[in-house]
Amino acid sequence: MTKQIHLAAHFPGVNNTTVWSDPAAGSHIEFDSFRQFAQTAERGRLDFLFLAEGLRLREQNGLIYDLDVVGRPDTFTVLAALAAVTEHIGLTGTINSTFNEPYEVARQFASLDHLSGGRSAWNVVTSWDAFTGENFRRGGYLAQGDRYERARTFLATALELWDSWRGDEILADSGTGQFLATAAPGTFRHRDAFFDIAGQFNVPRSPQGRPVIFQAGDSDEGRDFAAASADAIFSRYSTLEAGQAFYADVKGRLPRFGRTRGELLILPAATFVLGDTNAEAAEIARDVRRAQVSPQTALMFIEQLWNTELSGFDVDGPLPSFDPVVSDTLISQGRASVRQFAKDPVALAAEWRARAEAGNLSAREVVIEVTGRQSFVGSAETVATAINELVQADAADGYIMVPHITPGGLAPFVDQVVPLLQERGVFRADYTGTTLRDHLGLAPLRRAEQTTAARAVAAG
Amino acid sequence: MVPTPAPLHLAVALDGAGWHPAAWREPDAQPQRLFTAGYWTELARHAERGLLDFLTIEDGLDLQSDDRFQADSRTDRVRGRLDAVLIAARVAPATRHIGFVPTAITTHTEPFHLSKAIATLDYVSAGRAGIRVQVAVRAGTTAHFGRREIPPLEPDRLADPDTQRLIADHFDEAADYVEVLRRLWDSWEDDAEIRDVATGRFIDRDKLHYIDFEGRWFSVKGPSITPRPPQGQPIIAALGHASVPYQLIARSADVGFVTPRDAAHAAEIVAEIRTEQARAGRPEQASTGKTVHVFGDLVVFLDETKAAAVARRQRLDERAGTEYHSDAHIFTGTAIGLADLLQEWQAAGLSGFRLRPAALPCDLTQLTERLVPELRRRCLFRARYEADTPRGLLGLGRPANRYAAA
Repeated sequence: MTKQIHLAAHFPGVNNTTVWSDPAAGSHIEFDSFRQFAQTAERGRLDFLFLAEGLRLREQNGLIYDLDVVGRPDTFTVLAALAAVTEHIGLTGTINSTFNEPYEVARQFASLDHLSGGRSAWNVVTSWDAFTGENFRRGGYLAQGDRYERARTFLATALELWDSWRGDEILADSGTGQFLATAAPGTFRHRDAFFDIAGQFNVPRSPQGRPVIFQAGDSDEGRDFAAASADAIFSRYSTLEAGQAFYADVKGRLPRFGRTRGELLILPAATFVLGDTNAEAAEIARDVRRAQVSPQTALMFIEQLWNTELSGFDVDGPLPSFDPVVSDTLISQGRASVRQFAKDPVALAAEWRARAEAGNLSAREVVIEVTGRQSFVGSAETVATAINELVQADAADGYIMVPHITPGGLAPFVDQVVPLLQERGVFRADYTGTTLRDHLGLAPLRRAEQTTAARAVAAG
Repeated sequence: MVPTPAPLHLAVALDGAGWHPAAWREPDAQPQRLFTAGYWTELARHAERGLLDFLTIEDGLDLQSDDRFQADSRTDRVRGRLDAVLIAARVAPATRHIGFVPTAITTHTEPFHLSKAIATLDYVSAGRAGIRVQVAVRAGTTAHFGRREIPPLEPDRLADPDTQRLIADHFDEAADYVEVLRRLWDSWEDDAEIRDVATGRFIDRDKLHYIDFEGRWFSVKGPSITPRPPQGQPIIAALGHASVPYQLIARSADVGFVTPRDAAHAAEIVAEIRTEQARAGRPEQASTGKTVHVFGDLVVFLDETKAAAVARRQRLDERAGTEYHSDAHIFTGTAIGLADLLQEWQAAGLSGFRLRPAALPCDLTQLTERLVPELRRRCLFRARYEADTPRGLLGLGRPANRYAAA
């Protein structure tokens, strides 16, 4: 059976994928950028838009990192405002489970769900670093092994809070004077190693019952966490083989948690470059990569892998001949990608050198090659075909498109690729439902199911 | 020459179906829509048509209760509410002039999160954000968070030194919280974003600042993740009924909401706040405008005649089963009578009023369609919005950044 494709739009983030130096690049903060981006996505009938989050500005060599876009608005607040200027599109926000408390996050998402008419989604992420903690009351250090445990129990607690209102408590019957059907709505009690809370949740049940739950973890624990409790995974495997392997692995975990394949969508992030022809797109893609990896940015990447300051290093020459500094102390802070570098920096540096030698590449050219090449490059026809083939081949259920220009970079995809997918009958011509669950093809929640989900998460 | 009277400022305090517990049963109430965006959007547009300075939205991290100290089990009152900051964000793009001052609880939340939320509210509203800070004293709220031990307030021991110290602690924490909000809003200089293609730098990091706040309850490093908001410093408000909160208002706020019994009491409260301001090094500046506005809070039952207003209040009380009491003075009468009272209290030193409609929308309609024209007739209220931001409307100007080199 032909699968229907799910498509979403990721607001360009604070990393070097986003090309701020392009004359067409607009503000990353002004609301007009978000409005334009969201309305473009809605014009393309996309399922949802996606916002990332960061809670401490990144640093390298002890200084605030200044080469990428720096600064972003508050996730909840901008999503609530976007609900005012859109009607259908889902609103997915990344919110950290380490530097928040369940009662507050649950009421923020329940509020967003009410205020958007059932369009909210939560991408549950975790942190463990004391670096970010310096901005928060809890501060300190969460052992890396504890972060999924805390995230799991955080989500389980939030699910209990959302389930604490059944949805039939409010009568608002002015004749009889009964506002509530029951005397103690929202009653809850939760106790585990991380949270010991009790009382009454103060937001009535929202249109979707709860936000759609996204998860982005990639470790074994992260995959189990998603298989147990998420409605969708924001993954990073946008290619055929890696996508199929991830897809099969995660979908294969679902039966263990009493769930079916349709209950968890796999949606990798994907970048794209369009041209009138494949050749033109390839040429533009090369230019974009050079803009994404400026000489200064190339040097920062090399410093991150070599884990040492290399001021004065010529990135148009060869990579450093010495091996990276292996240390628990990293020169870069607040950046998840650096952990990939830190696993085995000596081996990775050897791999980079081999690439340089094989292609006769300068240090900067190696960085351009090995970091973040575009997922889809070609004419609209080529890209539409590739996306459809990957989805039909079970490499994904759809893609979260990440443009490299704010806010206008999404429009070419919406105007050129989406119509081709609609013509082929694999993407909706118009919204048929009102909630994000509707767009994602997820059945409406009944209370009993949610309670089961909460128990499954709680039991791990 | 007859001096032109100083204009006064007006805010409306929105809470559920109105401040009277039976308001939701009024014929024009919409109790089924309290949790929808449309309900709040209509109220905000209505207040904006009346040219009000700003609106406030009540909030709390527990279920409403008639009991100040603990949950009750009533089923005949409005219960449940949406996050006030998110209501404001949802409604702001549908309006153009009115300011938004949602309530946030300082006792259990993170100043870093709230700082960026209000900065963002300022961006999505093009410079119309504020925040009203409130402490949470109920034991029930503490149990919803479970991360700190805060002794519950006991109603019959409010005068005990221990209780007084606890209350002072709550307000000291709120003052620290406000200090962190303000530092984080200034942690980016206005021109920090440079987009310098030649050097590859997006920002000038010398124009970003660690705030390095360390206090009894939290420490916050900074800088904010959100650049300095359009107003520079969104307005900060607090409600106070006694000396401890008056100190918070005097030292930290832009607007204080107070609850005088009469004009003489209003004068006393203003004098106390002004003394505290001077002590804190924030004197009123006659030449450069206001430093701290003191607004009188009033609950209002308004109608075409005083008799009709009294009758409506009685009907509401009968339905509620109890006579309505409030921490604020309750005015029952006509818009003209209210205008007289506002003028008298203004002469005692208040620069504005936060009016709490007993029932929505009817008392809001009376405010915008009766009170405002009456005040305008007396040259006490604007005929059009003369500024685009609450700071502008309140004559507070756009403040210099504390971290910028002079």
